[in-house]
Parts: sequence; structure tokens; C-alpha cells
Amino acid sequence: MTVAVHLEGITKRFPGVVANDRVNLTVESGEIHAICGENGAGKSTLMKIIYGMQPPDEGRIEIFEEERHFSSPKEAIDAGIGMVHQHFMLADNLTVLENVILGAEPSKGSLIDFATARTRLRELGDAYGLDLDLNDTVETLEVGERQRIEIIKILYRGARILILDEPTAVLVPQEVEELFRNMRELKAEGHTIIFIDHKLDEVLEIADTITVLRHGRSVATVDPADVTAQDLAELMVGSELPTPGARVLTVTDQSVIEVRDISATDEVGAPRLRHVDFSLHSGEIVGIAGVEGNGQAELVEAILGIAPLTSGSIHMHGEDVTEWSVRQRREAGLGYIPEDRHRRGLLLPAPVWENSILGHQTRKPFYRSGLWIDEQASRDHAESVVGRFDVRTPGVTTPIHALSGGNQQKLIVGREMATRCNPLIAAHPTRGIDVGSQAAIWEELRRARGEGLGVLLISADLEELIGLSDTLLVMLRGEIVARLDPAEVSPRELGAYMTGVAA
Amino acid sequence: MSRLRAIRRVMGPPVGAVLLALIVASVILFVSGANPFVAFGNVIEYGTRLETLVESFNRATPLYLSGIAFAIAMRMNLFQIGVEGQYILAAFVAAYVGAGVGSLFPPLHVLIILVVAMLVGAAWAGLAGWMKVTRNVHEVISTIMLNAIAVGGVVSFLLGRWSIETASLDTRLGDIATTGWFPSLNPILELVTREIKRVELTGFILVAAVVGIGYHLLVNRTRLGFDLRATGTNPFAAEASGVPPKRTIVLAMLISGAVAGLVGMADLLGDQHFYSLRFPQGLGFAGIAVALLGRNHAVGAAIAAIAFGWLERASGILEVRGDAPREIVTIMVGVIILFAVIAYALAQRRGRIEAAAAAAAQVTEASGPDTEEADT
Repeated sequence: MTVAVHLEGITKRFPGVVANDRVNLTVESGEIHAICGENGAGKSTLMKIIYGMQPPDEGRIEIFEEERHFSSPKEAIDAGIGMVHQHFMLADNLTVLENVILGAEPSKGSLIDFATARTRLRELGDAYGLDLDLNDTVETLEVGERQRIEIIKILYRGARILILDEPTAVLVPQEVEELFRNMRELKAEGHTIIFIDHKLDEVLEIADTITVLRHGRSVATVDPADVTAQDLAELMVGSELPTPGARVLTVTDQSVIEVRDISATDEVGAPRLRHVDFSLHSGEIVGIAGVEGNGQAELVEAILGIAPLTSGSIHMHGEDVTEWSVRQRREAGLGYIPEDRHRRGLLLPAPVWENSILGHQTRKPFYRSGLWIDEQASRDHAESVVGRFDVRTPGVTTPIHALSGGNQQKLIVGREMATRCNPLIAAHPTRGIDVGSQAAIWEELRRARGEGLGVLLISADLEELIGLSDTLLVMLRGEIVARLDPAEVSPRELGAYMTGVAA
Repeated sequence: MSRLRAIRRVMGPPVGAVLLALIVASVILFVSGANPFVAFGNVIEYGTRLETLVESFNRATPLYLSGIAFAIAMRMNLFQIGVEGQYILAAFVAAYVGAGVGSLFPPLHVLIILVVAMLVGAAWAGLAGWMKVTRNVHEVISTIMLNAIAVGGVVSFLLGRWSIETASLDTRLGDIATTGWFPSLNPILELVTREIKRVELTGFILVAAVVGIGYHLLVNRTRLGFDLRATGTNPFAAEASGVPPKRTIVLAMLISGAVAGLVGMADLLGDQHFYSLRFPQGLGFAGIAVALLGRNHAVGAAIAAIAFGWLERASGILEVRGDAPREIVTIMVGVIILFAVIAYALAQRRGRIEAAAAAAAQVTEASGPDTEEADT
């Protein structure tokens, strides 16, 4: 048997992080090879490197036993590699046929040769059991069908190696079965499939070989017949968890947020939160663990008041705030460190001082009596945040887009802490910032907790979660599936709950 | 030095755009057989006459109001191109009400007319805002349609119905009694100048000034203005910060529409005193150019409005003297706007690079003066 993809010592660094650290991977021709790992383990980066979207800093890539250096996806496609991204890249108002041939149109003179395209696509569809009506407009299709178009698209371009980035994340169970059937057909025809997944039951069902990545390293390559889901979960999370630092228990019995049995759906009615129920006390940090996309973002939006609930209620400081607007909740003291600072946290062209009051513009002292913003008080506030949180900026009138990401993050954390919010929702508060600033932010959170702040901490960083939290909740598919003590939890247990293999 | 650079960054693009437009216009004049120097000499000579200047300011007043109306919505990224329909409908209804009430105590009469105009303008713009928040209709689409309905539909239809009989066979509404006239500023102006012939400086220029100051304070100093600008720069961050998105959209449209309602008032109350088929049109679209050249800034828009007003009035001489068709001015205005847009984009990019460099210098603790010198 030949080797389709062979990677040796692949390293890729981004400013401040090593996404891939000497990764080795061998994919036999004609097998289905699963790549598992937590968020941020480096799976997507690795796939992008194989597909030529990013060059590795170090390492060797062999495709069909020949060393290659791709400088663009175009070259990877020519070498027989195709990739289906998690977010489909389709033109909604074109037909299936048009989408597939887009950019690779067969031509007859200066016209597109639709007849030839149609015949070829029929052959492809029949050969792999990929059932599609070529004349349908893409916008009328279900997610599973769109995914099939993406697969046909890369087959049409002659792919022998298919990379699927989390193909099951967007599918409902029946569609997953359909996808697996298609994958088996493709394998029977001699194609090689590499796919990313962290639903362990699925991986065990379909994969011939599994490689686990953790913190950018390839930690194991296993045969699914030899492992259980628990073994895989442990490999993903690691065999050691950070030990929580010596803790002073500051939790009081005074509740700052009570989430009572809330449920929510997305725009099309699919459930996103299911009967979530917990409370957060003054002086407590409640950590939410879980693979991203399991309802954490929806929970944050529900507490913030951006997304409506379908049932349940939310209480802040003992008052029912379910019907309150975002502004009422923020005026009542709700603080928010967003997951995506550019999207939810900052006005990029605006000066530092305006950003330092964003979210608090209707609170004193930034808001004077009447209708006025108090610019002087706001600037003083900005100066103090900049000083206390070591935000490196030429001044408070500098537009915030000129600052580095870490400094922007420090400003956001500083503005929420300095305005004495309680409770605080902190979503990935130290994502993408340097180690020194990270430690400083953790220290601030601990200090504020000692003064009675209640923090809801959402994070993908287990060190952060276990190091800070008093209580650890695990979310899976919109539900809280476990309530754990961070001081006693084992990696096996945490991994099992996060991936859904624990009963 | 950095102060000088700031001035250069703000003033450079519009001044450069005007100079380039002059060059383009000269070429066109030259090609069409006129001597550009003679033509521009005539324009400047005529344009600096007191009467022409008064007319320029009279023209600049509604242009400025229109520009501010557009700018208010633009500050929160609403492309409100419905000022045209709003001001014409507002002027029509206000003229009807103003004529209908007969004679009243003067300030009250004027006040009634202004309030009616602002309410009508706000309602018409609010309609577009309401459609946006409830039915997700893009404001460009709805305001274009509302323009057509207001000007081509409501006003045309009702003007025909409500028209009074006159000797000149004009299609027009009745006259507003003199108690509803806005005073001219000629007596005050003549204290410092010679006697002004034929034309009157509109008192409405003071209303425009008040609106300009109000706009500046609203946008830059108030909570609502903060919310407005926050939504304009990043609606998602604004929402998370507690700005109610829908209410802010409707509010911005209402305020914008109320100012739009004032656009026609300088002509109605200061000059014509009745609404007819000859009521000035196109001020709403001209306001977009004013806001664009003035960068949605209260003072910037004032300079732009005066410049456009002057160009339009002073260029009348070209035709009188037979130098060139006055359409040359239309071309110049177009060129100014085009170049200004390009120059602003360039200046903005340069500003970003400078700010990023300054921030980077701060982080690496490099000395300040070096980065100042780096850019020349």
C-alpha cells in the first residue's frame, strides 16, 4: 500500500503561539483517517498546511511519496488534494451545476460547455452515490446537500485526497449517516479521506486510523479497534491537569446570577440551549468547559440579553431580569469580556477613551446629569485603566485599532474591572495575549473575586479553567452535562464529559 | 509640527480636490474655445459682488441643512437618501397649513409652520426607519421609493387639487400671510456694508447655524450621539454595550427627517411665501455632496455648503457673458466630489499607518521624535 500523505516535523508558529509543533502524520492511500483534538490543538492549521493555504515554518510534506512545497491551494489541487471547509464556499443564487464548475468551466470556444459539464457530473454522482439535482439553486438546499456539492466540487477537480474540516459539526444525525455512506463509497473507489472531528463515537465508527493532536503536537496514532472512547478522550485532554493554585474560598451565599432552566433556539428553531440551570455567587468563579460550539456562546448572549429565551428565567442580584434590555442589565452592573473583541468589544476607529467607556456610557461618572457624556471624566477613567492594566498606547486619543491585540484585550478587561461590574461574563479573557499579560489578568480576576465579584468564565484553556474556577460546569450540545470540582477532576473524566462519551 | 500635520490631513484633501477640479474645468473651457483665465476672472469678479455673496449664502443655507440631515443618519451608517422627498413634502404641507391659518401673532405663525415641516419630514423618514426595523427593508430602497411617492405622487396630486386660481395661471398654493414670513438680515448686514440691491439675506441662516451647533453637540457630546456613532462603527459591539439597535435606528431617522423638513423653509418663509411647481427641487441630493465633502462634520459641511452655493451663483456670469455654458459648474462639482472621496480614502489610510507606527513605537519604548520624523 502506498502512502498518500506523509508529514514529518511540521512546525507552524504564529505570533505568540506555536500552532503546530513537530507534527508527524502518515495517511495510507485509500484509508479514512481521523484527526482528533480539542479546540486550538492545531488541527485546522495542519489541514491548511497540507492544502497549501499556509506554508509550514519547518518540516517536510510528501504527497504520494513525493516531496512537495505548495505555495497555494491551486498547486495542492493539481497534486490531487481537495478540501471541504467547515464554512461552505458556495454562491447561493447559482445552481448546483454552476457552483461545481465555477472557476473550472469546460469551454467550447468562448462559451461554457454545459452539456459536457452535466455529463461529467452525472457520472461522478452515480459513481459515488452523491445524489443531487444539478438544476437546483443552492439557496433552496439543506446543509447536507450543500456539503455534497462541496465534495463533488473537489472530485470534479480531480481530487484523490479529500480533506474534510469538521464535516459533521453542521449536520443532523441522518445527514451524518448519509455522509458516512458517501465516505465509504469514496474509499471503495480508492480515495483517501482525512477528516477532523471531535465527536468520538463518530470517529470510532468511520475511521480506519485516528491521530490525536494536543497543544499542536501529534500525541498518538491509534487503530480504532484498540481504543475506547474514554482512551481517546484522555489522549485529547492530556494525562495531567494543571493543579489549581492554593485557594482561599471566597464564595458567599449571595447569588449574583441565577439561570433557571433556560432554553433557547437559533433563528431556524434548532435548539441551542437546553434547560440550563445554575447559579453564580458573589466571590465565586464558575467555569464553563466544553468543546466550542456546544452552547457557550448562546448562553453568554442569553445572559447578556441579546438573544431571546424560549423558556426559563434569569435573575441578577435577586431580581428577575428575563425581560430586561441589554442596557438595563448592563446598568445593573453586568460586565462583559467578549469572545471576539473586534466583533463585540471595540469600536476600532474610535479613540481609546471612547472604547474605555463602551458598555458603560450610561453609567456615572461617564454620563453626567441630563443627556451628556462627561468627556473629562471618561478620559480620566481611560488614563487610569491604561495605567493600571499596563495598556501600551501613545495616549487615550489614539484610535484603538492602532494597538496590538494584547493591548486591546487588556483595555477591555480593564474597563470591565475598573467600572466595578458584578457579575462579570468573561469569555476567553486571555485568548491571544502574551503570558505576562495573561498572568496579570488572572491575578486581577482573583483579586476581584476576593472583593465579591462573581465571574462566569468561559474558556477553552484548561489551565485557566481549573486554575481559576471554584465550580466547573461542562456543556455539551446546549446542556450542562456535569458539575465538577476542579480540585478533584481527572482528565479522563473531564475529557469524557466534554466529548459526550460519559454517561 | 504634529499639529501642522493634523491640519494638513484635514484640509489637504478638500483643498486638493478643489484645485484639481479647477484644472479639469480649465481644460474643458479651453477645449470648448473659451479662455479659462478670462472666464474665471469674470466668475471671481462677479462672485465677489455683495449681491452675489448674499445669494450664495441664501443658497448655502438649505444646502447645509440638507447636508446635516444626511450626515445625522450617515453617522450611524444609514444611507438616508430620502431628504429630497422629505423636504418637498414637508414644505408642501407646511405651506398649506401656513396659508390656511391666515394671520397670526408672527413668531407663533412661523413656529407653527416650522413645527409642521419638521413633523412631516420626521414622519416620512421615520417610515423608512420603521420599515427597516420591522421588515428589514434597506433604507436606500425605501427612501428612493418614498421620494417618488412624495414628490411624484402626494405633492403632485394634492397640488393639483389644492391649487388656487391666479392671474398667472400658476399651479400653486395660497399665500402665507406676512405674519408667517421669516425676517431678512439685510438691515443688520447693511450696518457694515453698503446698501444691498434686489436680494435679501435670509434670516434662516441663523436657524441653520443653530442646527449645525445642535448637530455637533448631539453627535459628539451626548449619550445618544455616542450610541449613534457606536452603532455606525460597529453595530455588534454597540448592541453588546447596551445600545437598543432598533430604537436607535428609528430615532436617527426621525431626527434626520426633522432637519430635512427645515431644508425648504429658507425658500418658503424667506423668499417665495407659497408652494408652487417652481419650488426648488434637488436640494436633498445636493446635500449628500455637502455631507460628503464636509466629512459629516458640522464646520466641514458649512464650508462645503458655502463653496457649492457660491460656485452655483457666481457661475451664472459665464452664460451671461457667453464664456461657457454654466453646466461647467456641474462638472466641477462632480469632479470636486470624486477627487475628495479619493483623497479622503488616501488620507485615512495614511492616518492609520501613522497611528499604528506611533503605537508600535510606544510598545517597543522607542523615542517619540524619531517616529515623528519618519513621516515626511
